[in-house]
Amino acid sequence: METLAPLIQFVDFSFSYSGSSAPILKNVNLDINGGEFVLLVGPSGCGKSTLLRCVNGLIPHLYNGVYQGKVIVDGEMVSEKNVSELATKVGFVFQNPENQIFMFSVEKDIVFGLENIGVERKEIRRRLEWVFKALDIEHLRYRAPYELSDGQKQRVAIAGTLVMHPKILILDEPTSLLDPRTAYEFILILKRLNKELGITVIVVEHRIDLLTNVADRIVVMDNGKILHDGSLKAIIRLKDLHLYGVTVPPIIALQNSLSESKINLPNFCLNVKDFAKMVKEEASNI
Amino acid sequence: MIDIDSLYFKYPTAKDYILKNINLKVGLGEIVAIMGSNGSGKTTLIKHFNGLLKPNEGSVKVFGKDIRNESVASLSKRVGLVFQNPDHQIFSDTVWNELAFALKNFCFEEEVIKKRVKWALEFFNLTQYKDTSPLLLSGGEKKRLCLASILAWNPDYVILDEPTVGQDFLQKEKLREVIKMLITQNKSIVIVSHDVEFIWLLQPRLVLLSNGEIVKDDKCANVFKDTSSLERCGIINPQFVELQKELSPLISSPPIDVLESRAILLKLLKGGT
Repeated sequence: METLAPLIQFVDFSFSYSGSSAPILKNVNLDINGGEFVLLVGPSGCGKSTLLRCVNGLIPHLYNGVYQGKVIVDGEMVSEKNVSELATKVGFVFQNPENQIFMFSVEKDIVFGLENIGVERKEIRRRLEWVFKALDIEHLRYRAPYELSDGQKQRVAIAGTLVMHPKILILDEPTSLLDPRTAYEFILILKRLNKELGITVIVVEHRIDLLTNVADRIVVMDNGKILHDGSLKAIIRLKDLHLYGVTVPPIIALQNSLSESKINLPNFCLNVKDFAKMVKEEASNI
Repeated sequence: MIDIDSLYFKYPTAKDYILKNINLKVGLGEIVAIMGSNGSGKTTLIKHFNGLLKPNEGSVKVFGKDIRNESVASLSKRVGLVFQNPDHQIFSDTVWNELAFALKNFCFEEEVIKKRVKWALEFFNLTQYKDTSPLLLSGGEKKRLCLASILAWNPDYVILDEPTVGQDFLQKEKLREVIKMLITQNKSIVIVSHDVEFIWLLQPRLVLLSNGEIVKDDKCANVFKDTSSLERCGIINPQFVELQKELSPLISSPPIDVLESRAILLKLLKGGT
């Protein structure tokens, strides 16, 4: 099998915002391969959003500070590329949708990026129809973004990024304003984009119960450093995760608690259905 | 007491009402959660609690006073609203000044202001940022600052719009503590949230909104039995409710937390009754 260089590489990377005395990222080394679905977690203020801003070049191009080490995206040094070039590879959905919506209608906002990189009208229309359907926002098509609810705005912001078909899709708490069902359906869309189009997805998300069945890998940060990095199934069982701000899904916390009580179940399940099935089988054997 | 009677509301340029025939009473010492799908009118509803919006029809009374006749400033002394988006609330040059702003405007004495700001900084782990611009804080820290600045002036009603967004586990635990503390002081908490796990652990009175109407108003445990209302409001079950459904009839009612569910499963798996 051919060995490819990682799609994203942080090499001995540190960063301090201008005006801040302490570095927010400290000697980070991280490789992310093409096609991975990575969940990034950690307490608020630990540097997650800063790390993401280093991938799409907002750091160092728009945020001043002390930049040490390298960030390489798709073989190119982020510090040597401008943000608009990086934007064709890295789609970024901000925590606050108002930071990225600015046109007078939803439709115009979504196609803005496509029009600016000269995509054909027919293709723009195709992608627009696809994203309306995928995110269930057809009914918002001619509405002004400022009239929408925050959850609706968030879906519009996500749509504007998805239509660009980026190689890397970065989302900073993308479901925070979505109702539970929409959030769940949205995560499934991300998984589809990841599987079918091979888009590398990096998500910062506190509601990790939504992602236990979709993320391949979890990176846990604390105080500007990477603390754990591995498969979700292995890391999510660690007993100290809550100390690093991770809200462990109740079904996972329950299994950890049962194992502390010396109840050894044959499997460790990531979702309720599998766990309930296993419990039924175990109970019927008693 | 907040007393809403037959409230109808629409935004000036909109054709349709966004809130329709809302009847709701929230007494002191209550925790009320409001859930519903995006655009169902949750935030519009709570903006009536401190007079930011006034009804087109019907009435909203806060401690007996019709909000149409009261200024937002006077209502805010008793009803503190923490916005969903902290950037809509924060504007001072330092964290300290942000916390002190309302206290100064409500004419608290200098010593009281200092004490309350110090408490808020310490309680919400913001002391290290007291001289920092709020704009330099992370999203989660900004949310904490907004809550801290409301609690600093000690209102009777604390209205929280999506308070757990951007909050890590420890901060959510702290928020739960704050809510419990406020309840012991006979304050009222109204929480708009999509966070079903947070709400389930809190076990509040739960109001479901759909398309501007209240479709359910009951104890949390009862609301989570009503599958069709939940479906209509875009709510999915908390994991322990789902677990009980999957394991029914082995388990008769959903456990609230990990301790309770562990006890139930220990019995089940060890063959006890």
